[in-house]
Amino acid sequence: MIEILNLKKNFGDKQVLDGVSAKFEDSNNSLIIGASGTGKSVLLKCIVGLIKPDSGDVLFDGRSLYKSPTKVVKNIRREMGMLFQGGALFDSLTVAENVRFPLDMVVRTMTDSEKADQVMHCLMRVGLEQAANKKPAELSGGMKKRVGIARAIVMNPKYLFCDEPNSGLDPMTSIKIDELISEITDEYKMTTIVVTHDMNSVMGIGEYVMFLYNGLKEWEGDSKSILHAQSQPLKDFVFASKIMEGLL
Amino acid sequence: MNFIQNSGKYFLFLSTTVRSREPFRVYPPLILDEMVKIGTNSFLIVAIVSSFIGAVTCIQTADNLVSPLVPLSVIGTICRDMTLLELAPTFTCVVLAGKVGSNLAGEIGSMRITEQIDAIEVMGINASSYLILPKIIAACIMIPALCILSAFLALMGGYLVSVFSDAITPTDFVSGLRSGFRVFNIFFALIKSFVFAFLISTIASYKGYYTLGGALEIGQASTKAVTNAVIAILIADLILAQVLI
Repeated sequence: MIEILNLKKNFGDKQVLDGVSAKFEDSNNSLIIGASGTGKSVLLKCIVGLIKPDSGDVLFDGRSLYKSPTKVVKNIRREMGMLFQGGALFDSLTVAENVRFPLDMVVRTMTDSEKADQVMHCLMRVGLEQAANKKPAELSGGMKKRVGIARAIVMNPKYLFCDEPNSGLDPMTSIKIDELISEITDEYKMTTIVVTHDMNSVMGIGEYVMFLYNGLKEWEGDSKSILHAQSQPLKDFVFASKIMEGLL
Repeated sequence: MNFIQNSGKYFLFLSTTVRSREPFRVYPPLILDEMVKIGTNSFLIVAIVSSFIGAVTCIQTADNLVSPLVPLSVIGTICRDMTLLELAPTFTCVVLAGKVGSNLAGEIGSMRITEQIDAIEVMGINASSYLILPKIIAACIMIPALCILSAFLALMGGYLVSVFSDAITPTDFVSGLRSGFRVFNIFFALIKSFVFAFLISTIASYKGYYTLGGALEIGQASTKAVTNAVIAILIADLILAQVLI
């Protein structure tokens, strides 16, 4: 379980997070949603430790990310996998080398052939075994995201984080990426946190949904109750799309 | 105030490259890769610049030494000392600040912008140590080697002038090269080039590592990396000349 405790973050005079607390249960797809500029990505980066919050803490199964010794923090991070908005693949490496990178850096107990098998297994899982020798520049946006997912799961992480996994993708590819994230979460029994503003994702894979508004947690619940929530900012966000009104 | 803040941030950045490093086995292949990028790929530009600078130094010195009281071999001595003390280490490093510095800042800056550095951090790897330390070590090995090569080629340029022009005879030039030679000058050139290599690689990496924004900012980081590295080289040149000579 991931627990965030009263996270606050300012950039200069602008308060981006104003004391956000939440619990993300194991083997669940948790979604952080909100309009652009409400602090979703900053919150995710605070959770994984890429941005240090001004105050507050994040607990991974009770282990503090910000108050533990470096060794513990390194261990927590090695239990994480993260899918970045643009894929964040290393340009100079092939797809297979990108996926293999965490194994080469961190794992010492596996042989080269075991690592190669693990890489192929992950690439097959995301349906990209044919692209193993391609460079990231040769891939489409959706393929880059799938390679990003393969790289995120190659270490069998306990926690998976996805930053806007659907951005820049067509609706069909978006749904495929959502389904992949959901299947992988169940298969690997991971705690998954997805940052998105795509309501299709919310309705499709959201088991726990947290709505951020002006740096505060405005609402939390499951994807079914979101349609009947009383919060006006959430209503404005959810029903901005006419298609959502049809679901009521 | 901004200068003090930046200096503090620069030294903190340097400390992160050596604190909680990755296992030793990770670095040798990365260092070799960087040695090729920094050293081998800069060979041609260094060779061209050095040969021409050596040749021009010889011609201009010969043109200015017209007194019958001064032996012609002095031209060789002046060329040698100018090359070893200043031209080979400083001029080569200024050229490399442009080539290597902008390359490093651009590479690391684009990795920052495209979240590749964040991806490394999330894996529990010390990104600054993994990315920057091999570049610093490779630069500190290859740039002094390039400076020695530069000194040799500059003197060869001067020698070729003595062969193909009537400014000075080859015998006088070689005699001048050998006259009053101080081995310390070679060590001095090596010390300078080592310090300059450190400055080029660390300043460029620092500028790239803290790039924020997009393509425009990567270009700005590269430009700042080159200008700051050149200024740092000139200041260090003055200090080292004052302290070591």
